[in-house]
Amino acid sequence: MTSLNVPLNNSIPLSAPPSLRFENVEFSPFGNRLFGPSSFTLDGPGPTLIMGPNGSGKSLLLRLAHGLLTPTAGAVSWSGDNAPRQAMVFQTPVLLRRSALANLRHALAVNNVPRKLRTTLALKALARFGLSSCANTPARVMSGGEKQRLALARAWSLSPAVLFLDEPTSALDPAAIKAVETAVQEFHDRGTRIVMTTHDLHQARRLAGDVLFLSGGQVQEHTPAKVFFDTPASQQAQAFVTGELVA
Amino acid sequence: MEENAFYVALSLLVNLDASLYQIVVLSLQVSLLAVLIAAILGFPLGAAVALWQFPGRGGVIVLLNALMGLPPVVAGLGVYLLLSRAGPLGELGLLFTPGAMVIAQVVLVLPILAALSRQKVEELLGEYREQFVSLGMSRARMMPTLLWDARFALLTVLLAGFGRASAEVGAVMMVGGNIDGVTRVMTTAIVLETSKGALPLALGLGIVLLTLVMVINATAYILGEMAKRRMG
Repeated sequence: MTSLNVPLNNSIPLSAPPSLRFENVEFSPFGNRLFGPSSFTLDGPGPTLIMGPNGSGKSLLLRLAHGLLTPTAGAVSWSGDNAPRQAMVFQTPVLLRRSALANLRHALAVNNVPRKLRTTLALKALARFGLSSCANTPARVMSGGEKQRLALARAWSLSPAVLFLDEPTSALDPAAIKAVETAVQEFHDRGTRIVMTTHDLHQARRLAGDVLFLSGGQVQEHTPAKVFFDTPASQQAQAFVTGELVA
Repeated sequence: MEENAFYVALSLLVNLDASLYQIVVLSLQVSLLAVLIAAILGFPLGAAVALWQFPGRGGVIVLLNALMGLPPVVAGLGVYLLLSRAGPLGELGLLFTPGAMVIAQVVLVLPILAALSRQKVEELLGEYREQFVSLGMSRARMMPTLLWDARFALLTVLLAGFGRASAEVGAVMMVGGNIDGVTRVMTTAIVLETSKGALPLALGLGIVLLTLVMVINATAYILGEMAKRRMG
């Protein structure tokens, strides 16, 4: 019971979310530079919204931060001795070919939660995201919005200190978008560091504490949300905020 | 009328001919046991090749694919040499027993199950990989998850393996010896009856064999479809 990776109560996991540091991080597979070199620190309260046109490196940044990709140069580091517990919600939720409940139980199992606690924790997470009635529904026949909520419930059940979201609402209708945004806010309120990419300016205005603006694989600016939306510094960001089509 | 193969097949079945019954039961026992053993070995092997990168991986994949077409008589010869009195496993005295036939069929079925499950698991891994890494899963931990989630595809793979096992004659003939009441199975009985000129009986046995294979395939198909529809 002592070596649990996941706290058993769904209370606030930590006092302050861990901070993330990119130091000259570069990602150049086969010498083809796709990201960086780039340095920044995410240590504000967040949520951090990563914005920028397609191909600007938003998803790469998330994957480098989460450890799905290894930088070809530079270093990604976290405050504290160990990397914090993290979870990621993808644009297209990746769900196992099992029931919603079994999906959560699986995630808890691979995180070494004792067997007898798994169902209770999984049901709690499902209830939190309004999925109680779908517990025994096969995950892959759920609607798009339900699937994304299930992915969020899975992340929630793991009590991550950091949550990455890669355009989690790009394929959803307004009601489902609202549910996802509420969930993101709840994670944030629980003390989880939120790092999220989006195309949607309105969504960014609703959620962002700070904005990291990318263009051409480079961080163009990293400012509090209010500053970014009111007085963007770079030309690309100005065009982006005013709704021009940035190439 | 007695010379009609369908009539012979029907009367064999209707009369519950004792020796036919024995042959059918032995055929099923040998092939099902062989497929079971090959699955226990072959599915994790296929999944391991899909999951791990190692030097010579390409060679292993080509070898597994090539062995899917291993001629049964060559497999039979190999097992024969292995189990013959002077062979390395001769001590076990397995030659000309059903055990030897199971071993020979495992050799034939294992590459099919390993090669095809490697392919299925690799496809699924492509879909799941980022989520698995995000969840902090080791490759060893990914294996059971992938095998379980590929279960519908693997059922079809299992049927392909069973088809190979139940249809082949060369290997079981060589290592089993087609001994009446001991190692005679449907395919070897058909060969024997054909060479004796008892064509209606041979054909009748063939019809029984075909029917059995169809029933097993249909059952597996229906179960698979039902489960697939439920799981999406």
